[in-house]
Amino acid sequence: MKRSGYCPQTPAQIREMLAVIGVSSIAELFAVIPPELRARSFELPEGMSEFEMLAGMERLAGQDRRDLVPFIGGGSYDHLIPAVVDHLAGRAEFATSYTPYQPECSQGTLQALYEYQTVICRLTGMDATNASLYDGGSALAEAALMALRITGRKKILVDAAVNPFSRQIVQTYLANLAVEVVEIAALKGQGDRQQFLATLDDETAAIILQNPNFFGGVDDFSDLAAAACVRGALTIVSIYPLSLGLLKTPGEMGADLAVGDGQSLGNPLSFGGPSFGFLAVKKEHIRNLPGRIVGETVDKDGRRGFVLTLQAREQHIRRQKATSNICSNQSLSALRGLIFLATLGREGLVELARLNYDKAQYAEGLLAGIRGVSLLNAGPTFNEFTLRLPTAAASVCAQLLTRGIVAGVPLGRWYPGLEACLTVTVTEKRSRAQIETLAAAMEEVLWS
Amino acid sequence: MDYYFTKEHEWLRLDGQSGLVGITAYAVEQLGDITFVELPRPGREAKQSEVLCAVESVKAASDIYAPVSGRVLAVNEQVESGPEIVNQSPEEEGWLVRIELADPGELRSLMNREQYRDYLEGLS
Amino acid sequence: MELIFEKSAPGRHGTVLPKSDVSPAAELPAALLRAEPAGLPELSELEVVRHFSNLSRRNFAVDTNFYPLGSCTMKYNAKAAEEAVRLFAGVHPLLPYLPAGESFVQGSLGVIHQLSQLLAEITGMAAFSCQPLAGAQGEMAGIMMIAAWHRSQGQQRRFVVVPDSSHGTNPATAALVGYEVLTVPTSSAGDMDLDVFRQTMNNEVAAVMMTCPNTLGLFNSQVAEICAIAHGHGALVYCDGANLNAILGKVRPGEIGFDVMHVNLHKTFGTPHGGGGPGSGPVGVSEKLLPFLPSPRIAQRSDGSYYLAEPAAESIGRLANFYGNFGILVRALAYITMLGRDGLVEVSEQAVLNANYVMSRLKGWYDLPFDTGCMHECVFSAARQLKQGVHALDIAKYLIDRGFHPPTVYFPLIVKEAIMIEPTETESKETLDAFIAVMIEAAQLAETNPEALFQAPRTMPVSRLDETKAAREINVCCSWVIAGEERGLRI
Repeated sequence: MKRSGYCPQTPAQIREMLAVIGVSSIAELFAVIPPELRARSFELPEGMSEFEMLAGMERLAGQDRRDLVPFIGGGSYDHLIPAVVDHLAGRAEFATSYTPYQPECSQGTLQALYEYQTVICRLTGMDATNASLYDGGSALAEAALMALRITGRKKILVDAAVNPFSRQIVQTYLANLAVEVVEIAALKGQGDRQQFLATLDDETAAIILQNPNFFGGVDDFSDLAAAACVRGALTIVSIYPLSLGLLKTPGEMGADLAVGDGQSLGNPLSFGGPSFGFLAVKKEHIRNLPGRIVGETVDKDGRRGFVLTLQAREQHIRRQKATSNICSNQSLSALRGLIFLATLGREGLVELARLNYDKAQYAEGLLAGIRGVSLLNAGPTFNEFTLRLPTAAASVCAQLLTRGIVAGVPLGRWYPGLEACLTVTVTEKRSRAQIETLAAAMEEVLWS
Repeated sequence: MDYYFTKEHEWLRLDGQSGLVGITAYAVEQLGDITFVELPRPGREAKQSEVLCAVESVKAASDIYAPVSGRVLAVNEQVESGPEIVNQSPEEEGWLVRIELADPGELRSLMNREQYRDYLEGLS
Repeated sequence: MELIFEKSAPGRHGTVLPKSDVSPAAELPAALLRAEPAGLPELSELEVVRHFSNLSRRNFAVDTNFYPLGSCTMKYNAKAAEEAVRLFAGVHPLLPYLPAGESFVQGSLGVIHQLSQLLAEITGMAAFSCQPLAGAQGEMAGIMMIAAWHRSQGQQRRFVVVPDSSHGTNPATAALVGYEVLTVPTSSAGDMDLDVFRQTMNNEVAAVMMTCPNTLGLFNSQVAEICAIAHGHGALVYCDGANLNAILGKVRPGEIGFDVMHVNLHKTFGTPHGGGGPGSGPVGVSEKLLPFLPSPRIAQRSDGSYYLAEPAAESIGRLANFYGNFGILVRALAYITMLGRDGLVEVSEQAVLNANYVMSRLKGWYDLPFDTGCMHECVFSAARQLKQGVHALDIAKYLIDRGFHPPTVYFPLIVKEAIMIEPTETESKETLDAFIAVMIEAAQLAETNPEALFQAPRTMPVSRLDETKAAREINVCCSWVIAGEERGLRI
């Protein structure tokens, strides 16, 4: 058998090492495993060279269609990524290191994460954040758990206009904890404020909102945050970070906890992962944050340096009393987010958000102008909007797919009664011509 | 004034119907630099041997157990803003909580300074 | 080194965006807009490149330094796997939710399904979900499935049993799922104390969580008996697969009584650790737990095509936005494909050989609390050096000066001054010998000149950092001024 290139010991070295250990064979090193516990099967394919492997992978990847024109978002967005992001985040010094437990030889990762924490705070208008969580959905679940810990209460109100997958993740995380999750109905693409205010009570730990919401609607939740505050409940706002180039921040709305998914910041679609989640908070809640946090300090000679801090919250010290079971973060994806934002810069992010808004508005005007098609959203939208079609959205979507266009997300699966609704996403990557092609094709599918 | 000690290295200094609670010099030495003290809310009813509050150092977190049952009358706000005071003066300025004794009979289950000293010797 | 914000100059930018091809839309109402742009740094592209290139040089990494961080399996990451990821870029995760949308993503669904099947064969579990985004999330899924299984049996149990040598994530996970934790001490042989375990077990125990081999790097030969005792009380047994690298092809946890396990793709299956993540923690189950697996699940039709299966009513639900850290799944599939059956067996054999070699060479110099043959990692104690006032940490810092990333120190918690060395299979004897020489040097310095260890490291951009100051004067983001008010101040 030809050995893999990843185990360097020569036969002579192996003999030498066995002699030092004082055993006669490698098998002897495994003698502690009783025979009855030995593997009875290990039926895996033969190994192969990297060239054969890549050829096989290429065949497999060829079964994905890559020529579709996507007008689809729903939590994962087709955005531009400057070449420096891949180039810099691909540096092996970042990619093949691990959690910076030894700060003196990990200042690269630590300083980058401190800078990442800073851009997240500045973007969201919050005071503090951690070094990233797994993804937006699990960040929302961690925020809900935080609110339960902080308030000692057992009820959470969730806007039905929050991403349905995120809501499912919250349900999964809370399923074993005797917590009541109340869903507030979404009308015309917005959470029902009257129901929110009527349901909010002194038992409520938190209200969960999303901006822009799953229908694309943009809102200012300041009034709800104020109402929650009066009741001693926390306000959790889930946001699409790229929209913060323009939109009011969770901090400005008075949110206590802001969460979101960082995919739109320099992370490719990659069939849904990896991206990163963020959870940013008002300063009084920092000790309740889950996950790694990087802090600034000085070394013995007074030079600035960075360390993992407030570790006494974490599982490796607190064990069952930790703020979460989370251990790793999504460091490299968060680094991509930082490089992305640093490359765009202060004005660039505004311009990017503006491009999304302008193109989506153009598309909204064209599509909502098609006979029989109307807009579900009663208020403003950012780069997504929801159309009400004269027929089932799923079948329109299917017909457009055959023409190579992914027209959006039909909502019926998650919102009974909205089977005719389609949420359309238009990012900066969609050209005017593609938007016009979509409008023409949709009109044709509907009326010819 | 009379100090009472627990096996978990808390001290209680009796002062009429109430007493101050803190952690001993030995406990502080074990923990290292204290970075944060999580104090209870005044008014809370504590039960003997149950968790009263927690102290954190860089690499450890330690629960502090109530040496006696009773109501929390006050907390030392100085340790909230400057936890180093617990390192500097664990058995005086670095007190944590003032507690109103619910049952003076519980004092019998605690050690006096001499007994605590012997107990520490037994640990090493 | 300056922060990126300190290099910023107003008006610079690092990239030019495409010109808009539509006319500007009407402004959004002011109430919906932020007061001013976020305070992002403003740099040219070259300045961004310099900043991050220079930052990267302040890291030790597997590609630059030996990185024997115990419990983390810092093996070499095959570059071909990075190439494989590029092939799968750009696929939108919601496509399978569209009518007939699965037909557009057969390649990506195939990656997940094929990897799940391979992991099942490697571990002897019935099936895997690749959705968990990290080991700790895989653990959480596992304990949630156990909770759901007990509920399906009409039972609500209270406790989860863990050995005191376990990873902190085990008890933290149990607590997160609502269980109380019972901790069993370690016997003098380094295994979970079987007598205490027997006494601890009762019919209120939902699960026993074991790391196999355990965190001391030892294989517990009584593991089947432990599983049997747990099952006798109606409890299920969870295998923390963090140390699977040691037993690839030797032991299949599914065959010896484990009901659930997670694997860390970033440890055993050679995906890069990314400075802390993204990792991936697929979770596998035995037959009886199949209906409880997270949803969505990827299944295969008889014609070979893949689809998203409707979630079972018993499923614990969704854990991640989509199907897991897909990019990591591609790398792991590439790795397993290249190594194949014999290559994976070679991994465990060489990993165990390397660890035993390091252990044999160093045991004259450092205390070995459990002096039996180890598996893929060995745990020393610096108790002997402590007599000279030298801590495990001082030895760790000295290693940095000599170009080695330190081993894991102070874990497992039950070993005083623990030094946990995991060389992995990808390191040559020459590298191991160089590392061993420096470890011996450190032991000698502890006797002759401990001050040299206390001063380390001296060759890094920073010397030892004041962690107490960091925790007392919290500064987790660089402050900025917004609307005349300074934000992000020390907390």
